[in-house]
Amino acid sequence: MSSIGPDGIQWDLVVVGGGNAALCAAITAAEAGARVVVLESAPKTYRGGNSRHTRNFRCMHRGPLSVLTDEYSEDEYFEDLLRVTKGKTDENLARLVIRTSEECLPWMEDHGVRFQPSLSGTLSLSRTNAFFLGGGKALVNAYYNTAEDLGVQVHYDADVRHVGIDANRFTHVEVNLEGKTTRVAGKAVVLSSGGFQGDIDWLADAWGPAARNFLIRGTPYNKGVVLRDMLDQGANSVGDPTQCHAVAIDGRAPKFDGGIVTRLDCVPFSIVVNQDGARFYDEGEDVWPKRYAIWGRLVAAQPEQVAYSVIDSKSFDLFMPSVFRPEKAETLEELAGILNLPKDAFLQTVDDFNKGCRDGDFHPTELDGLATTNVEPAKTNWARPIDAPPYYAYQLRPGVTFTYLGLQVDETARVSHSDGQYENVWAAGEIMAGSILGEGYLAGFGMTIGTVFGRIAGKEAAAHVG
Amino acid sequence: MSVNTDSSNARPLDAIAEARRQLEVCNACRYCEGFCSVFPAMTRQKAFADGDITHLANLCHNCRGCFYSCQYTPPHEFDLNIPAALGNARQESWSRFAFPSAFGKLFHERGVAVLAAVIVVTILAIWLVQSFPLGGGEGFYAFISHNVMISIFIPAFVFPFFAIAVGLRRYWRETGGKSVGVSHLIIAFKDAATLRNLDGGQGQGCNFEKTDRYSDTRRYAHQATMYGFLLCFAATTVATLMHYILDMPAPYSLLSLPKILGLTGGVLLCLGTAKLAYLKTKADATLGPSRVWGGEMAFILLLFFVSATGLVLYFVTGTTLVEWMLPLHLASVFTFFLLTPYSKMAHGFYRLAALVREAQLKR
Ligand SMILES: Cc1cc2nc3c(=O)[nH]c(=O)nc-3n(C[C@H](O)[C@H](O)[C@H](O)COP(=O)(O)OP(=O)(O)OC[C@H]3O[C@@H](n4cnc5c(N)ncnc54)[C@H](O)[C@@H]3O)c2cc1C
Ligand code: SF4
Ligand code: SF4
Repeated sequence: MSSIGPDGIQWDLVVVGGGNAALCAAITAAEAGARVVVLESAPKTYRGGNSRHTRNFRCMHRGPLSVLTDEYSEDEYFEDLLRVTKGKTDENLARLVIRTSEECLPWMEDHGVRFQPSLSGTLSLSRTNAFFLGGGKALVNAYYNTAEDLGVQVHYDADVRHVGIDANRFTHVEVNLEGKTTRVAGKAVVLSSGGFQGDIDWLADAWGPAARNFLIRGTPYNKGVVLRDMLDQGANSVGDPTQCHAVAIDGRAPKFDGGIVTRLDCVPFSIVVNQDGARFYDEGEDVWPKRYAIWGRLVAAQPEQVAYSVIDSKSFDLFMPSVFRPEKAETLEELAGILNLPKDAFLQTVDDFNKGCRDGDFHPTELDGLATTNVEPAKTNWARPIDAPPYYAYQLRPGVTFTYLGLQVDETARVSHSDGQYENVWAAGEIMAGSILGEGYLAGFGMTIGTVFGRIAGKEAAAHVG
Repeated sequence: MSVNTDSSNARPLDAIAEARRQLEVCNACRYCEGFCSVFPAMTRQKAFADGDITHLANLCHNCRGCFYSCQYTPPHEFDLNIPAALGNARQESWSRFAFPSAFGKLFHERGVAVLAAVIVVTILAIWLVQSFPLGGGEGFYAFISHNVMISIFIPAFVFPFFAIAVGLRRYWRETGGKSVGVSHLIIAFKDAATLRNLDGGQGQGCNFEKTDRYSDTRRYAHQATMYGFLLCFAATTVATLMHYILDMPAPYSLLSLPKILGLTGGVLLCLGTAKLAYLKTKADATLGPSRVWGGEMAFILLLFFVSATGLVLYFVTGTTLVEWMLPLHLASVFTFFLLTPYSKMAHGFYRLAALVREAQLKR
């Protein structure tokens, strides 16, 4: 079998994808002496998948480490994971990721990543999450430069359509490169092409037609082509195929790639109404970082998958600025008009809510127990009447972060099929994260999984070809 | 670019409005907080008044870290290019604050105008040398009498400083500056002395000529230029003091203070400006106020010319070449000073003002 690539080179390792997991694998393998080619479907300006949108990774540490304060033990980390996944995790793999995360930080620094202290407004994460200076795109840039210096060859606009497998062995990939289908052969492959949330049709098949109204927070290039191709060829899957992680974001965000700035932090201080002007959930159930993930689903269940978060001037300065300016009106009637809400229903909702508010101490940064009485659904914290003009409103829509379906791997990142393991196929990052993150999400865990498994996959693959 | 002018003070609103649009995206993101002072400063407010934008724009040192690490740069529809947006707003503020304002636009934008100014002044200088009776002095004063030189240079010094002072006053008013304390000055001078805002936040450097890789070359080239300039300035000041107070007229020996300062300063200035000019050709012009690229380049070259002719003068002392080099050098120095309020040189003053203002706001 010839292994001539697009440049006439014999590749030891073909890395599919160009995000965090792919680059960690490529760098590790290249440092071990492998000749590596990276096939990234995005053009150079959009390289780096969802990794380019990230801001931090979650890192275990037994004492102060770089920008991280205090300590964050394996057990505490694992318990945090258990809580968000409601137990849907593979403990063995999860603990492997958690334990290895500690050595990742210095490794990342050695490979060009720079960290900065926790961003303003995110102090609660300064112990658990290490923030990248300049965010995920700076991290991705650093890794591309490191890879380039190691002689890794990168092809952009290289869309992998098919993974060639002969019996148990990977032989080549078919890649759409500059409009031509090209065969790139190699001795091993690392699959790190993310989830399938970029494929709206697939999302709609999995979730239902409502998914067509979802916004995708990250890259449009993660369409799950490679994932589906592998599943079609009999690879084992993990994770719920029907589920995706979705948060409530600004409804005016672009369809794709709106990223971090489209998030809204106003919900706990607001009332949220649907298109019919009715409230549908307790906006003050918990502090926002713990609740923002459920609001994607809540909004997804509303007519047209849209909702409106309404505040008054009392609350305007209590949360991070939004990327789009809110709708603003001097009266609630006017606001209903701007939002196209049924006026009477909306006014009634606000009126009922206001009547249910009681006097008490308001503490925006902690659960203050300032709850409504006789309002359905109740608002259990931060319930203050909406009565101080001007009034502001933000449109909410579900924004998909990632999908859960993925390839099953073991602790060496090797991919399996119904009769065992492939000899030379490894997977890293979102494409295999479903093993560990079966439900929910733990801030910063996606990059940790990708870094840990990217490095494992790179090392294993290099050892295999070496 | 269509410029939306308000006839009363000829203010192009586009630059400020565009910077505001982009900063509102950053304020919801903040990933770049660790690069420089601009991002922490922006988080102080949710809405940006014009004065806030002017302040942030002048605080920005164009390190470009926030461009190469931004996930929203073109072709993304958010279309972010913070270094250019702030650069344009900054540039526009200098033109607006310049006194008289018409000069502000002319020399900032047109390298040709700078060149023309040099030529006109040079011709005048040569004419002066030729038509005034020799000073009968020694050294340079054999060619231009000290009194002639002073009567030309004093106004050339004083007027630019006056114009700068007017500009700074306007700047201070727009950005809401308070009375300046010593602690503010200490912080500001320290930041300026180390070019802290050009070091990428962690000393790794900026993203000027090597795109998304960090490099400290520009910071060092700028340091050489800045300190070279200050040394030359010190040399001139010392010499003037020696002339008038100590009654020790030029020429000075090689080991005298003016020569030591001037020579090191001249070499640093020469190397620094040459490197800056070279780096400028390597860097992406669209990540700065690209309209003034020519004006900025002309200014760097003028500064190079000042230092190069100055150095040549040292070496040709005693030869007939001085007759040509002296007017050339003096003309370039003269032009440099005259253009100070209207050229890139103004940035030093406004930057410093921004650093002082930031020290006040930060606490
Ligand atoms: C807005 C946002 C913010 C986030 N913030 C954080 C955070 O702060 N911390 C954190 O840990 N996680 C965060 N996440 C999750 C995180 O982005 C992912 O967990 C992580 O980036 C996954 O890395 P990856 O390398 O597996 O995938 P990606 O980074 O998405 O990379 C996949 C790559 O594969 C390429 N690709 C896809 N299909 C093909 C194909 N057929 N052929 C070739 N290439 C292909 C894509 O172009 C892309 O380069 C965030 C996600 C989003 C959307
Ligand atoms: S420049 Fe881009 S990455 Fe940096 S803070 Fe602004 S929006 Fe965020
Ligand atoms: S260009 Fe550099 S100095 Fe200017 S705002 Fe961006 S990061 Fe700060």
